Amino acid sequence: MAFLKRTDTGGMPVYLMLMHIKIALTASLLSISGLPALAEQPTATPSPERTRELIHLVRQDCGSCHGLTLRGGLGPALLPENLRNQSPTGLKYTILLGRPGTAMPPWQPFLNEAEAEWIVGQLLNGFPEESP
Amino acid sequence: MILKALRYGWLLAAFWSMLAGAAEPALQGTGDLGIIIERSAGRVAIVDTSRNAILGRVGNLGDLSHASAVFSRDQRYAYLFGRDGGLSKVDLLRKVVEKRIVQSGNSIGGAISQNGRLIAVANYKPGGLKIFAADSLDLLADLPAAYGDGKRSKVVGIADLPGQRFIYSLFDADQIWIADLSDLKAPRVEKFPDIGRAPYDGLVTPDGRYYLAGLFGEDGIAMLDTWQPQAGVQRILANYGRGEQPLPVYKMPHLRGWAVAGHQVYLPAIGRHEVLVADTVNWRETARIPVRGQPVFVIARPDGRQVWVNFAFPNNGFVQIIDTLTRQVIHTLEPGKAVLHLEFTPRGEAVWVSARDDNKVLIYDTARFAKIAELSLENPSGIFFTARAQRIGF
Repeated sequence: MAFLKRTDTGGMPVYLMLMHIKIALTASLLSISGLPALAEQPTATPSPERTRELIHLVRQDCGSCHGLTLRGGLGPALLPENLRNQSPTGLKYTILLGRPGTAMPPWQPFLNEAEAEWIVGQLLNGFPEESP
Repeated sequence: MILKALRYGWLLAAFWSMLAGAAEPALQGTGDLGIIIERSAGRVAIVDTSRNAILGRVGNLGDLSHASAVFSRDQRYAYLFGRDGGLSKVDLLRKVVEKRIVQSGNSIGGAISQNGRLIAVANYKPGGLKIFAADSLDLLADLPAAYGDGKRSKVVGIADLPGQRFIYSLFDADQIWIADLSDLKAPRVEKFPDIGRAPYDGLVTPDGRYYLAGLFGEDGIAMLDTWQPQAGVQRILANYGRGEQPLPVYKMPHLRGWAVAGHQVYLPAIGRHEVLVADTVNWRETARIPVRGQPVFVIARPDGRQVWVNFAFPNNGFVQIIDTLTRQVIHTLEPGKAVLHLEFTPRGEAVWVSARDDNKVLIYDTARFAKIAELSLENPSGIFFTARAQRIGF
């Protein structure tokens, strides 16, 4: 995709940028010291109510760009076979911090780390449908 | 014997009238009909804007997230473009799918030609334009959006132009193309490169003259005067974000459903809580109107006196109304959760608003901003009325 000037900084506040750097450093320190990476730790499961909200958010709002069925749109497809070769930690921070230089915005204002981690886990296993 | 014959004849007559009744439904026009997408259910509701009612539903239409529709010029058929590449022709009177094909892996929308005979579909995967016969949905032309080293771009912002032409933008290739289908045996494509980075949607003005492509990758809007294409693509509103930090964009704005009111065009500012206003004579910025969130649809009431705006997540519960004389927000509505789209009745006395997460469509009186009616629908998104059939760019 063309390099997009608008999101050179990802439309990202400076504190998020700093946090990104800090998290990246922490992650690499952890892997150097042989400690388990964040995504490999057991994921806290959100409450049933929050789970419903998260499924709705992913299907409907992420779906604006990635498609309701997550088969892709202006954004790439998010099916297990599309994500298999990516690191879960990387995917989590893509969700939280966005991807500078693309249309992917940071979702951190609406999600905490555990929730992003839960979403990544679900995406890798085939994301659940919304219950009617 | 006579009695028996009488009874038999009576039955026959009753049977005959039943048959005739089935073959000839009550006479009805279609100028006040429309469809509403029930995106998760893969279904559309056929609605009547005179009676504020749902007349029926047509289902099995595939993945309708981001679905849109155009109408045949007799306003009887809706052509529905589904995310999954589905192209469906729906008969509004008989309430059936007349024909359905899956013509690509991923599509974003389409348009109908000036003479009503061609349907063009803009595809993401594989990137390009496909042209179908409006009556049979037979493929007539395939125009890949090829650029660079064998790459194919996603196609966005398609609109019809006079003369069996379609204009569209290449998201990945930063180009505007015009496909001329006046000779179906030899379609011609005119290409305008380097229009600005990442065009995300486009519109033509009501007269079919100017094409505007919104840019995601940089400030400003690419504008082509299709009456004088030799003058090339110009950049307008180039300074609207200069020196300011744009906000993250949680939903791309939509440009079709232009808001041209008088000599002014109202456009969503991407990454900003603003509606931009430009003069359609000299294309200079004339105002910026602060609004409640990042605009998604900015649509003029048919008379141009009001412009209605809905917003991206997380401000998608609001709708604001701008008075085009004072260029100020004069009213804010909270119709429901996740307002995705709005559509005016043909002359604008009412507007229909879809609230996806509340499973309803609300109908407002545009003079008093009072709610007239509310309809129950499952995750409603796009609303399309048949009056679109008679408008260039719809």
